[in-house]
Amino acid sequence: MQTIALIDYGSGNVRSVARALAAGAARGGHACDIRLTRDPDFVARADRIVLPGQGAFAACMDALVADAPLLAAMGEAVRTRGAPFLGICVGMQLLMTEGFEHGAHPGLGWIPGACRLHESGERLPHMGWNAVTPVRQHPVLDGLAPTRHMVFMHSFVVAPADDAATAARTDYGASFASAVAQGNMVGVQFHPEKSQAAGLDLLSRFIAWSPS
Amino acid sequence: MLAARIIPCLDVKDGRVVKGVNFVGLRDAGDPAELARLYDAQGADEICFLDISASVEGRGALLDAVKRTADECFTPLTVGGGVRTPADVHALLLAGADKASINTAAVTTPEVIDAASAAFGAQAIVVAIDAKQTGAERWEVFTHGGRTPTGKCAITFAREAADRGAGELLVTSMDRDGAKTGYDLALLARIADAVRIPVIASGGAGTLQHLVDAITIGRASAVLAASIFHFGTHTVGEARAALAAAGVPVRTV
Repeated sequence: MQTIALIDYGSGNVRSVARALAAGAARGGHACDIRLTRDPDFVARADRIVLPGQGAFAACMDALVADAPLLAAMGEAVRTRGAPFLGICVGMQLLMTEGFEHGAHPGLGWIPGACRLHESGERLPHMGWNAVTPVRQHPVLDGLAPTRHMVFMHSFVVAPADDAATAARTDYGASFASAVAQGNMVGVQFHPEKSQAAGLDLLSRFIAWSPS
Repeated sequence: MLAARIIPCLDVKDGRVVKGVNFVGLRDAGDPAELARLYDAQGADEICFLDISASVEGRGALLDAVKRTADECFTPLTVGGGVRTPADVHALLLAGADKASINTAAVTTPEVIDAASAAFGAQAIVVAIDAKQTGAERWEVFTHGGRTPTGKCAITFAREAADRGAGELLVTSMDRDGAKTGYDLALLARIADAVRIPVIASGGAGTLQHLVDAITIGRASAVLAASIFHFGTHTVGEARAALAAAGVPVRTV
């Protein structure tokens, strides 16, 4: 039985993420112990880490930084031990070096890049179902090929410094990185937990993923 | 390309889904969680749960019914009804809502829009505007489930709500609600042109062509409907096919 730590740092609708992870695990026939947790011992030893996120970049980052043992445990699991990591929405944006929502703020910096307002002339927030097109092979995203519609609810987007970290793109007035991937880390700007079958399939693939 | 959204709406009173005409004469349409499961299976792009008697009775939305409903859908859920403070918004998000809809309090204490948007992000805050036409090119905002006139111009208030940080506007024509004679396209277009956030059309859908018109003529980003779905007139799939046939971008399911 593998363990999945869904990081509980006061972010919004984590209940949906927990339920969708369980549904994704069931789809793939994986036995999982999925816990919404801030327990550093559980997180440091977890087989997979999922970081949700809702709200402003700085507020989410501050909440993580405020819990030093939790942040250290995440670093131990993801950076030192190489446990597969999935960041969702702001949980993905926090991977970047810095974010520019309400001023400049440092992020985790695990994938070099920045998070900025998506100024494309379209209405913001970018709300609803849009096509996600993978730009390279990735085990977590492969089932998306060539495009699947996923749910977006955001105004800010990430731009990895190295374009090789962009795993999928979406067009909304202008094209942006809707998924990033580097080593054992994957981040998605959309909400797989709210994207019905397409999203549950993605979560199922994340649960089955063994980064080489 | 971003797809136009089809949003079945659950108007909930005493824990049951109801539907009336012009906000009165309510008729039972079922259990909210059961309907949410049905619409999720039909591929609804989003589901809206409005506790329509909450503000009148001075209480928050029924969190338990919200939880049961949220547990049935893997698609975004907007919940409204008696949302007055950022704490009310937080309670709904924790119960499984993705967005909270603010109606009466957005008019009586508009600062709640700023505070809730700052705390949870604009994407989590919907301002619901119930508007009644009072003259040529003139619409007035009503609160408390359409019972209380406010003297406010709906277009001006829409702009204020967007400026304060609303992430979306849910615009309901009280004149058309439940009448099945089509959305108030002039009202929608005026508001859609006045703001740079998405507008959800509500009130009046009776045919699939009405849904198309709300997007193509009313310039709405999403269509909300109740009666045509609850009473089996059309499925969400039929609505999506009609939009696609009219050249409106829809998602592939």
